[in-house]
Amino acid sequence: MDLFIKFLVAAIGAGTPLLFGTVGEILNEKVGHLNLGVEGMMAIGACAGFMGGYLSDNFMVALLCAFLAGMLAALIYAVLTVTFMANQNVAGLTMTIFGVGISNFIGVYMIEKAESGTLKLPAQVTQQMRSIQIPGLSDLPVVGPLLFSYNPFVYLGILVAALTGFYLYRTKTGLNVQAIGENPGAADAASIPVTKWKYFNILLGGGICGIGGAYCGMIINGGVWISNSVNGLGWIAVALVIFAAWKPHMAILGSFVFGALRVLKYYKVGFMVGMPDAFFDMLPFLITALVLIVTSMRGNKGAHIPAFLGNNYFREER
Amino acid sequence: MNPTVKNTREPLFHVVKHAERSTKETVVLRLVAVLLSIVAGGLFILAIGQNPIAVYGTILEGSFRSQMAIQATIKFAIPLCICALGVTLAFKMKFWNVGGEGQLIMGAVFASFFALNFPNWNHWVLVIVMLLAGCIGGGLWGVLAAFFKVKWGTNETLLTLMLNYIALHLVSYLQAGPWRDPAANGFSKIARFDKNVALDKVFGVHFGWIIMLVLVAFVWIYLKKSKQGYEISVVGESQDTARYAGIDVKKVILRTMFISGAIAGLAGACQVSGSDMTLSMGVAGGVGFTAIIVAWLCQLNPAMILVVSFLFGVLEKGSSVVQSTFGLSSDCADVLQGIILFFILGSEFFVRYSFVGRSKKGVSR
Repeated sequence: MDLFIKFLVAAIGAGTPLLFGTVGEILNEKVGHLNLGVEGMMAIGACAGFMGGYLSDNFMVALLCAFLAGMLAALIYAVLTVTFMANQNVAGLTMTIFGVGISNFIGVYMIEKAESGTLKLPAQVTQQMRSIQIPGLSDLPVVGPLLFSYNPFVYLGILVAALTGFYLYRTKTGLNVQAIGENPGAADAASIPVTKWKYFNILLGGGICGIGGAYCGMIINGGVWISNSVNGLGWIAVALVIFAAWKPHMAILGSFVFGALRVLKYYKVGFMVGMPDAFFDMLPFLITALVLIVTSMRGNKGAHIPAFLGNNYFREER
Repeated sequence: MNPTVKNTREPLFHVVKHAERSTKETVVLRLVAVLLSIVAGGLFILAIGQNPIAVYGTILEGSFRSQMAIQATIKFAIPLCICALGVTLAFKMKFWNVGGEGQLIMGAVFASFFALNFPNWNHWVLVIVMLLAGCIGGGLWGVLAAFFKVKWGTNETLLTLMLNYIALHLVSYLQAGPWRDPAANGFSKIARFDKNVALDKVFGVHFGWIIMLVLVAFVWIYLKKSKQGYEISVVGESQDTARYAGIDVKKVILRTMFISGAIAGLAGACQVSGSDMTLSMGVAGGVGFTAIIVAWLCQLNPAMILVVSFLFGVLEKGSSVVQSTFGLSSDCADVLQGIILFFILGSEFFVRYSFVGRSKKGVSR
């Protein structure tokens, strides 16, 4: 039982960067943009967040840096695909190669400058991003570790997902925005400012991805900078959007399930013990592939894929 | 929604479409884009406190300074070019195969099976079997995604992406488990291949470069001159048209994805037996992704792919020299490649569209 609770807690931690990435990508896809640059935007966020925290010794500054850097990266993507109508697949992939490259590059550059030869987050920021302990509540059995034992990213992630869900499904603006992903021509005719909201969503999504990246850069390696900290999580996030059927609240569930898959190899029981670690590393990708196949077998029913996804919108051709 | 027209002011500029520019204008446009990207890359280098001219100079000098450097540059270009040729076939069909990485890895795995288990075969028999195994490995991995696409319309972009990582972790399984080198005490890695496995060298570089040149010609002829190539373009333009013309669309997609994957797999086979001499998790190292960029950059033109792959090889090799000279990470190759492609992607817009500013007098409607 104790082990099981530990497993769940670890799963939620491991799922958090996925949650940010998934919510960011949902915002993109809702306006019809299949952004394959999540991995890159997260890598940029990882670097900006870590370096922000490293230089300022302040967690809020780190978060802000990650958010702004993610937004800036998304701006490149948005200019290329919204204004210049470039191919979304290629623009996204380029963003990934560029983002991972520049993140690692700046990491090495900063390590060269550091006297100790390593980059470690200073004490205050480490303190601030440590798991929040609420006296009384955190000490409760079962409920304590399960609900009140996480670092601030986890709570922020759930909050961001909930707010995004509210924005998309409970506000007039959000419903208008969803219309853009379904049929931008009709949305335009209904005087919804298509370009403006595309930029808004893509930039906001990029910023959220950036925060997810900051989790990877700052938490996963225990506050020490190591290259490639995002390491494919951005791709799982892209896939999780399908798993979550484009719904932010489903993304919360989905990312914790995938978080569980990611940490399963440390909690093998029974028949799993003999299985190789590599299989567990493969599992999130394997299951995503299966989800993709199964949803397509059902004729994408209930998948809620935005109808215009992947296509650019040119007003004169509607 | 709003019955009264609220916004009567014309936007600052709007986009108009015009006839496609002439080839000459397009070439100029692209050169300007490349030039701008070099400037932007220079600004980036400047921002981190280095002299851009010195860094660019080192990249060029580093990749051409000696015979060995040139050979290393070509070695970088071989898998990239071959893999880009592979994805070209799929892209021509508008099949978004972003699985070059995984197909390359599976080719490498299949080839490594023979390299590890039958090192004593006659050299040429072994080499040919390995290369064929590479084709089959990559081809099957490619056709897998195509199968689900034609059967149920599964999104090929995401599926091929997932297959990349599945292949990667398969390698990690092999090197920790069944293929682990017992001699490397404690480390999970695969043993170095026997010398008999190595691809022969021609002019100092393994003969993968000859395969690369043959493939450039093959892909060009296949796409331009063969019936199958024609079918690919028709399917790419419109599946309905293809069906109307009596083309078996499913067959074309499956066949093309097999060939596309097989070519990428061949790159993997060449990489393990010509360059790495072992199988590791870094066998593809992002080549499959860069190949997509190369193919797109060249507008799926095989001859251009050869040229650009070589230039990217220069960037890669040059960046490794920059690393040792300036203490900068060799990731700067990726950064520069990214910047170049951002500009090229942006420039493509101006081939077909332009911005028209707000006229002072207002537009007569």
